[in-house]
Amino acid sequence: MNIVVLVKQVPDSGADRNLRNDDNTVDRGSANNVINEMDEYAIEEALKIKEAHGGEVTILTMGPDRATESIRKALSMGPDKAVHVLDDALHGSCAVATSKVLAAALGQLNADLVICGAESTDGRVQVMPHMIAERLGVAALTGARKLTVDGATLTVERQTEEGYEVVTAATPAVVSVWDTINEPRYPSFKGIMAAKKKPVQTLSLAELGVAADEVGFDGATSAVVEHTKRPPRSGGAKITDEGEGGVKLVEFLATEKFV
Amino acid sequence: MSEVLVVVEATKEFGVKKVTLEMLTLARELGTPSAVVLGGAGAAEALSGKLGEYGAEKIYAAEGDEIDGYLVAPKATVLAELVKRVQPAAVLLASAQEGKEIAARLAVKLDNGILTDVVGLDADGTATQVAFAGSTIVKSKVTKGLPLVTVRPNSVTPAPAAATPAIEQLSVSVTDTDKLATVVERVAEQKGSRPELTEAGVVVSGGRGVGNADNFKLVEELADLLGGAVGASRAAVDSGFYPHQFQVGQTGKTVSPQLYVALGISGAIQHRAGMQTSKTIVAVNKDGEAPIFELADFGVVGDLFKIVPQAAEEIRKRK
Repeated sequence: MNIVVLVKQVPDSGADRNLRNDDNTVDRGSANNVINEMDEYAIEEALKIKEAHGGEVTILTMGPDRATESIRKALSMGPDKAVHVLDDALHGSCAVATSKVLAAALGQLNADLVICGAESTDGRVQVMPHMIAERLGVAALTGARKLTVDGATLTVERQTEEGYEVVTAATPAVVSVWDTINEPRYPSFKGIMAAKKKPVQTLSLAELGVAADEVGFDGATSAVVEHTKRPPRSGGAKITDEGEGGVKLVEFLATEKFV
Repeated sequence: MSEVLVVVEATKEFGVKKVTLEMLTLARELGTPSAVVLGGAGAAEALSGKLGEYGAEKIYAAEGDEIDGYLVAPKATVLAELVKRVQPAAVLLASAQEGKEIAARLAVKLDNGILTDVVGLDADGTATQVAFAGSTIVKSKVTKGLPLVTVRPNSVTPAPAAATPAIEQLSVSVTDTDKLATVVERVAEQKGSRPELTEAGVVVSGGRGVGNADNFKLVEELADLLGGAVGASRAAVDSGFYPHQFQVGQTGKTVSPQLYVALGISGAIQHRAGMQTSKTIVAVNKDGEAPIFELADFGVVGDLFKIVPQAAEEIRKRK
């Protein structure tokens, strides 16, 4: 099975994150940039399928030069190769334009299965799998907590508000996964060394047949008008329980009219 | 005034979800609300009373297995046709999994901008979003097409405004491509009578400090006494104390209730990401240095196994 995993480089969600003041995009320059956490689960799932059924795993990333670090990190887990969509004109692209670019790249990669994280930790927009599937005319099985591959049939168990659903589709398809699906492996030393030699192909917009004015700020379908930092919350009263902690807690709740 | 389409979120168990009432309330600021029901046969009829109560002037319905038997693609197709026909002033969906997915496909079909996790929307289409774990407030606009917006639960106070909506059944013309992802089975899991996590006015969450799955009864008891939902930190979920659908945080649900009670939760950034826009935060933790106290309006340092039962007893006394 030819599997492509979408990997996004994001600012570390464990540190302070900001939008840039000049153009309102995510500030990557000052951030510690890492693989979107959920994508590691997507990579793991792809590797497990390859191990069970054979095939090839390709990483697909759209991002600036520095995304190379995340691509190498992803490859160190075990995928075979990577494709990096890299073009200065992409800066400022909205989700709709991003899906156009990724769909164009996927069109060239002939994937049977596209796996991605259910959302990225920076935008948390959660729309990419369905946008890509819509463009490619293939099924999207989203939010998987379990994925079974039986020949060309994919079966996914997905969490819903009321319980869970079992959903099935034939390949080609896009599957997005939550962090409940598996436990991603740590790259081995051998894997890290091997990753340095794995092929990373760079694709420009011209090579994908996407015009520069369809992406970036020119092609954006939405815009950030302004952004402000929310003042940090400040802690209120803190008491140490000396036998009456529960009562005092309820007294506080009562003054706030919750009890 | 032009129509504003509100795509209804509802469940079999609870009927119209609160976020739908919030969207109808918001839609009245922008135009005339029309509800769109995309679901199983008879769904619109069952929901029409509540939708009318909150100002839906009209209900568009597309129902049946053709709509409900697959993942969101057929719903997006029907909605796209409706949008082209009525040219609404805006389209509002819930910022939950399905709402975002329908909106995603609609955006591509119409080559239209999309804004998700919106907590406020002005008449000129300017949306307010909260980004980066609640640390940044963003004002944004759709610049191509109509405002296509997913609204985060607990953003608006629902206000009734009686209307008597007529139901218009939409002819369903979904394509084979829309029917690629088949729902084989829907399994309901026992949740009892607690409110849905993202919509609840009160959320009581437990973390690693709760110790084990059995002890979560304490968390549930306090939640029930406060009429709230139960949440859990990632540490608690990863340790198997509580199911994943109740996880609050960066890789779980984002909640914004009136009251958030954190029990045995240290307040790692992973967790704060999902709850720090809550109005009032109360924390109980044995470690006085735990970062959760930096957020808490009221914190108790001590043993939650002593404090929580005492608090429960005190609430019962006051009732």
